[in-house]
Amino acid sequence: MALSVNPADAVITVRDLRTEFGATVIHENLDLDIRRGEIVALVGGSGSGKTTLLRAIIMLLRPAAGSIHLFGQEIIGIGETAAFRLRRRFGMLFQQGALFSSLTVRENVAVPLREHTQLPRQRIVEIADLKIALAGLPADAGNRLPRELSGGMLKRAALARALALDPALLFLDEPTAGLDPVSAGAFDELVAQLKESLGLTVVMVTHDLDTLWSATDRVAFLGERRVIGYAPMRELTQAEHPLIRAYFEGPRGRAAREQACRAK
Amino acid sequence: MATSPAPSTVHRAVIQVDGEQCRCEGDWTLNGIEALEAQPRAIHWPAGELRLDGSGIQAIDTTGALRLLNIVADLEQTGHSVHLVNLRPEHEALLDLVRERRASAGAAPPPPMARGALEWLGRWVGSHARHAIEFLAFIGEAAMALARLALRPGRFRWRALFGNIETAGVHALPIIALLSFMMGVVIAYQGGQQLKFYGANLFIVELVSLTMLRELAPLITAIIVAGRTGSSYTAQIGTMQITEEVDALRTIGIRPMDLLVLPKLLALTVVLPLLTTFADAVSVFGGMVLAQVMLDVSFSDFLDRFPRVVTPISFLLGIGKTPIFAAIIALVGCYQGFQVRGGADSVGRHTTISVVQSIFLVIAADALFSIILGGVGLWR
Repeated sequence: MALSVNPADAVITVRDLRTEFGATVIHENLDLDIRRGEIVALVGGSGSGKTTLLRAIIMLLRPAAGSIHLFGQEIIGIGETAAFRLRRRFGMLFQQGALFSSLTVRENVAVPLREHTQLPRQRIVEIADLKIALAGLPADAGNRLPRELSGGMLKRAALARALALDPALLFLDEPTAGLDPVSAGAFDELVAQLKESLGLTVVMVTHDLDTLWSATDRVAFLGERRVIGYAPMRELTQAEHPLIRAYFEGPRGRAAREQACRAK
Repeated sequence: MATSPAPSTVHRAVIQVDGEQCRCEGDWTLNGIEALEAQPRAIHWPAGELRLDGSGIQAIDTTGALRLLNIVADLEQTGHSVHLVNLRPEHEALLDLVRERRASAGAAPPPPMARGALEWLGRWVGSHARHAIEFLAFIGEAAMALARLALRPGRFRWRALFGNIETAGVHALPIIALLSFMMGVVIAYQGGQQLKFYGANLFIVELVSLTMLRELAPLITAIIVAGRTGSSYTAQIGTMQITEEVDALRTIGIRPMDLLVLPKLLALTVVLPLLTTFADAVSVFGGMVLAQVMLDVSFSDFLDRFPRVVTPISFLLGIGKTPIFAAIIALVGCYQGFQVRGGADSVGRHTTISVVQSIFLVIAADALFSIILGGVGLWR
């Protein structure tokens, strides 16, 4: 179900992807195009390979076969220097935050800046503080260690680090999981705001139906080892595929849709 | 809306000043502004009211916006009144976002207060005293758990015990064999040089056997086990502490002491004497090999003399200390594991502390044994 996208518009192009862990095949003949400036969510049942697909795209996992283009560049078999340059252009928010536990939040955000730029120390601190504020953290959060933060603050600190290099492409792995509804809503709004003002492309893995309805431009449904549906949320919920129906037709799915329809 | 173009097409951010006309041009992005660092100070700004034209800005991101706002703020500090004009609407929106968020940005931490030497000493003593007391409490808790086990032995986790015996004991055999053989050779070589000088070659038997059986084999084995097994106890329990597995055990109603500490403690108390016996044999064999090669003391001469000079007491004195060493290693390793808080760096720090402390305590205990045994006249 590959959408025909003008190659110039596609930030990510995945073709015939095959990934496997030992004898278990996770993806087979998976195609996906993600356009510039869109917020795309990857959904699917547990074990359908959402996070695996994300890890393949950000070069943490080497697929068995197929091709992945990031910003028009093939990343399978890419050299070290090219990969380093490419890594500067995207940010990743890991599911558990993955903040470095021995560094304060400010130092965590400064790590990519120190690694990828030659800016003087004072500038880096300034930029890091701005990113912390952009992520919606209170002023004193920068001085704290990750273990001193609550779950919601941890997610925001991790987002600040993912935004450190002003990436054009942002990956979020379950950004609102474990957040209270108010924080989750604020997080969705923040991502939408950043997308508007920075022209970000966002790819997220999420199970949060409210996020799917309110924050995404397009949703890719993973099942049967490939993408079985790729459309805006309103169309996707009308799809006939039994897996997609089962996912969205539960009581939670219906409640979220009714609420989204009322809100429109 | 190409706000972050490919690095190959980056135009650096510049400020053009042409008489009254000030223009910002190029890419005000993280890539673009790196080059700008030195420039603003070198610019001759016109005095008084300033109109900064932003129409030439190709692309802007939050870093560029921050830089631009900072430049404006610096100018306003020096008495200019600055108007940013002709910005594209999307750039204006981003500047507004950054301006609003920057207001709530945190300040760098105040430098930590310098501590006086006396305060430092006080805190150091205080924290060490607290740790010593906590460790004693931990030993007490372990003893209570042992007592409970003695009353109700049916609840004991045999599987964990045998698993620990295998990893701490069987898997350690090769490294212990290699190191104790080498120790036997080294001691025999050093002592042999002197004995040869006096023609007392045969005394190599006493030298190697008594040194090894009474002191060196127990010590070396304990040190290897502390480095190999004690550290793994700390790392394992420490990681479980971080991932809340220890709390999960408590919630289910399993005492971490029963599941995590007792099997390790008992396994090591069984394993260390056995490993030491093994090290005794291998190191004496090492001495035997060297005696034959360098001192012309044949295997049969060596083995003939061995039972006449080495009493069972010597062997038992060496072995008798090892359960104490085992308890020290297991308790320190587990205690440090439970002290882990926070993250990965804490696991590393406590693993180091665990190894250093257990080796230190093993050697201290060994010294204590020598004094006590000397006092009761058990030299031979």
